[in-house]
Order: sequence, then C-alpha cells, then structure tokens
Amino acid sequence: MLRIFSIPKISSRTYKVWLRNKDVFMKTIKINFIPQLLEPILYLFGIGYGLGFFVREIDGLPYVEFIAPALICISMMNSAFFESTFASFVRMYYQKTFDAIINTPMNIEEVIFGEILWAATKSMINASIILLVVSSLQLVRLPESLLLIPLSFLVGLVFASIGMCFTSLVPRIEFFNYPIFLLITPMYLFSGTFFPMSILPEQIQTISLLIFPLAHAVNISRWLTTGIAYSSIALSLLWLVVVAVPLTILSINLMKKRLIV
Amino acid sequence: MKKSLISTMSIAISAEDLTKKFDDFLAVDHINFQINRNEIFGFLGPNGAGKTTTMKMIQCVSPKTTGSLIVNGIDVEKDSRSVKDILGIVPQENNLDPDFSVLKNLLVYARYYNISEEEAERRSFEQLDFVQLNEKKDVMIDKLSGGMKRRLILARALINKPRILILDEPTTGLDPQARHMIWDKILSLKKEGVTVVLTTHYMEEASQLCDRLVIMDLGKIIEEGSPQELIQKHVGSHVVEVDNTPAVMKCLTENGDKYEEFANRVHVFAAEPEELSSKLMKRCNFDKVTVRQASLEDVFLKLTKKALRD
Ligand SMILES: Nc1ncnc2c1ncn2[C@@H]1O[C@H](COP(=O)(O)OP(=O)(O)OP(=O)(O)O)[C@@H](O)[C@H]1O
Ligand SMILES: [Mg+2]
Repeated sequence: MLRIFSIPKISSRTYKVWLRNKDVFMKTIKINFIPQLLEPILYLFGIGYGLGFFVREIDGLPYVEFIAPALICISMMNSAFFESTFASFVRMYYQKTFDAIINTPMNIEEVIFGEILWAATKSMINASIILLVVSSLQLVRLPESLLLIPLSFLVGLVFASIGMCFTSLVPRIEFFNYPIFLLITPMYLFSGTFFPMSILPEQIQTISLLIFPLAHAVNISRWLTTGIAYSSIALSLLWLVVVAVPLTILSINLMKKRLIV
Repeated sequence: MKKSLISTMSIAISAEDLTKKFDDFLAVDHINFQINRNEIFGFLGPNGAGKTTTMKMIQCVSPKTTGSLIVNGIDVEKDSRSVKDILGIVPQENNLDPDFSVLKNLLVYARYYNISEEEAERRSFEQLDFVQLNEKKDVMIDKLSGGMKRRLILARALINKPRILILDEPTTGLDPQARHMIWDKILSLKKEGVTVVLTTHYMEEASQLCDRLVIMDLGKIIEEGSPQELIQKHVGSHVVEVDNTPAVMKCLTENGDKYEEFANRVHVFAAEPEELSSKLMKRCNFDKVTVRQASLEDVFLKLTKKALRD
C-alpha cells in the first residue's frame, strides 16, 4: 500500500520523453491548431452569446464573460485528460513506445512523468490559445488573466495524473468511457462552469468542492478574468497544489506496477 | 582477488540460479550461464521456453524473481541505468516509433542516450547506410516492409555503440539476402569486440554464428555447448533418413540403432553413414534412404521433442 506513494526515481532525462511528444505535436501542429481554436469559439458563440441572449447576466456579469473562464478550464481538463488517457494508452499499448524507451537508459518512472508533463503542457497550450481568443474579444481582464497560463499547467498536471491513474487500470481503451461518463461529465456540469454552484443543493456543492479539481480551477480562473471570487481563492489554489503532488506520484507508481512485470 | 577480477573482466554476462515467476507460473527456472566477452552466445528453445523472458531480465526491463544476474560486471538490480547504457537491444516484438520517419526514429532514440545531436545524425546516417535504408529515410514506419522494420531496429540498437548486443530473433521474417547481411554485420561486430546474445529459431543461423549456445525448454537450460560439440554428442556425424513404416521400426529396434521417430520419417543417427545405410538397405530392405550431415536441428528436435508433442 505504501509503495504506491513511494517517491519515484526521476532524473532530468524525463525531458526527453516530453521532447518526443513535443516533436510529434509540432509535426502536426497545423492540423492540430485549427480544431483547438475552433472548439472554444463555437462554445463561446453557441452558448455564451446564444444562451446569453436569454440569461443576460449572472451576478452582474454578462453571461459570455461568466462562462469564458470556465471554457478555458474545461479545455485544460479535456486536453490533459485526453492526452494522459487515450493518447498515452495508444503509445503504451498499441505503439509499444514505452517498451522501446525503457530499453535505453531511461526508466519507466521517467517515461510516465514525461507523459504527464507533456499532458500538462497540452493543457497550457490549449488554454493559451483560447485566452488569446477571449482576450481579443475583450471578455477578460488583462493583464491578470495572463496568470491563467501558469494555472493551466497546474490544472493540467492534476488532470493528467488522474487520467494516468485510469490508464494504469483499464484493460482496454474502450474502458475510458467510464471515467468520462462518471467523472468528467458531472465535473463539467457541476463545477460552477455554466451556472454558479450556489444554485445547487448544499451537499452537492460540498462534494464538488471536495472532489472536483475543475471547481477550483474555475473559481480561480473566474477571479482572474473578472475579479469575482465565488469561494476562497487561496483555498482553491492550495487544494490544487496539495492534490497534484500525491496524484502524480500515485499515477507513476500505478503505471510502473502495470508495466514492470 | 586478482584472479576473480580477471574472470569478471572476461565475462560479459553471468547468471546464477536465475528465476522468473509470473504470478504462480515459473517462466525461467533456476538457470545458470556465463557468456564470455566477445563471443556470440545463442539461446535456442521451443516457443514459450523462456528465452525472451531471460533477455528481458538481462535488459533490466523485467525484474528477476530470484538468483543473481551480473551484466558487464554490474548487478542489474543495483545500477540498471549503467547496464542499459552499454546494451543494444533488438526486441522480438517490433516497437519502432510510428509517429516518426525512419531517420527521426534513430535521432529520437539517440537522444535517450544523451548523444549529442550532431553525433546522432552522423551515426544515424552511418547505420542507415549499413542496413541499406538510406532511400527510405523520410518514410514513415508503417510504410516499411516487415524486413525493413527488422533492419531498422538493428540499426537503432547500434546507435549507442553497444558493448553487448541482445538480439531476440533478429532475422525472423527476413529474406535470405537481408538475413545474410545481418549475419555479416553480427560477425563484423564480433570482430570489433562486441558480445552478442542471440535467440533464434533458425538452426542454421545458430550453427553459423554461435560460438556457444544453450537449449532451453520449459524454463530450464537442458543443454549447453558449441554447435559442433552438441551435434557430436547427441547425433553423431550423419543422419540416415527413412520412411516411417512398421517394418522399418521393427528392424531398427532389432538392430539397436539410435533414432528419432517422426510422423512420416525416421532419423537414424550414424557415425558411419555409408555402412549404416547399406546395412539398413540389405537387412531391412529399406528403400528411399537419404544420407545427410547431422545438424543442430537434429539435436534440437531430439532434446525438445516432448515439448513439441504436447
Ligand atoms: N508478462 C507475462 N505474464 C505471464 N506469463 C508470461 C509473461 N511473459 C511471458 N510469459 C510466459 O512465460 C513463458 C516464456 O515466455 P517467453 O516469451 O520467454 O518464451 P520464448 O522462449 O521467448 O518463446 P518464443 O520462441 O515463442 O518467443 C511462456 O509460457 C509465456 O506465456
Ligand atoms: Mg521469445
């Protein structure tokens, strides 16, 4: 039991795994860039302006400004979670990429940590792209909102390690549907994303704040982009940091357990 | 003290009572072997004998269950990174990176060894030349034929100039030309001082390349020696092949000859093949008698026959 929280042996070589994934990403960046830019714009217009036509404003904020930080956070979550589940699973299981790398002086801990760091980087890249869009539409405060960029890495780290835990457990790739339906979708809806959490029953609010990283990400982000804090920003930040570290360690050890037999 | 130092210098890999258990299944069962520096050492054995499992323990990617395993003077458990640094690996299962082209596969792999970019490029082109894949350098992996992939994996295994090369079925799926090309390369690497550990199902390959070899079956090493020694010991110099009929079997049993029975043929082992074949033809009225040189394949079939049956 204790072994799954033991500190992994990691050196700066981890960077090489990150670099491998970056190289692949850069090759396809022209294809990757457009959908990533398009998706939040669609949401922004479809929901922000569409639904916003009826909702008008929430707590004094125009609806589109209310959801802009949430859209950025959802993108952080989706990109990091997708990368450390489907994408990492493909590399691990179908492509045998990890097997090839651990035949070199790299160890499995470095491979997994490199994957997690890359997934967090994807979160940062995507968040930055959307930030660019919402800034140009003047939906966010500047320069405060620039802090979303480092935040997106932290949030990415949390979701990447959660995803990696599932990757260490699923027998087949289809099984990722379970965490998506049971965890990601409810989190997506009930983290103060499209409406304030205060309208939810109190128990659900408590549960959300206890277990949903997205709730804290949205809380901090909305404060950065609008200046309005729905709950303690310091607590949200502390929650993310405190959760990120053990989750990362846990996911690395679980993956090691799966792969080193 | 001095003596033990010298002996460890001349030994590339040594295993004592090495065991590997997967849950309750004993895949490698207390094996002992010593591979000398600069030798080509073979692991033969039927499917599931435990060859790949043994290779993976040497490669430091699969932890041993019990026993000791020293590679290049280093305990695999103590400092796997240093061990992996001097190994070159051709795994049984292809694991080239499908996200990259042929050349980029080598460049990225070199990076894991901390080889500088310039040096990596120089070595990559050198290796591509050698495996004759220069024309394909910008092709993606899934556009390569099976044999080209094997050749690229060999090139990749050499990118760090390994002192010990682990080849797990390196020539499976290769055409005869490519196979001979790889044999040549293995022999020239040996001349450069590289130690080669090889698993193969091609007995001809093992006979041609291996200085010494072991035969594994059901996780155990059942025989060890040079190809010639093993042939002499278990078969003799020649084999007389005859059709398997009740009359033939009866005659052979009466004569007390050493033979191996197969479904359609019987292999009779002989030191004096002409004598034996004329004797058999005369006494037992055999027709369709073939005389040929004994090979490692005869040894293999003889020693691992039980495993093939079930
Ligand atoms: N990860 C594993 N979990 C459980 N059993 C395994 C595992 N890997 C191998 N085995 C078992 O160990 C035994 C030895 O397998 P191994 O791959 O070493 O055989 P091999 O000699 O390389 O065979 P082949 O010639 O077919 O490649 C087999 O019975 C195999 O099913
Ligand atoms: Mg094998």
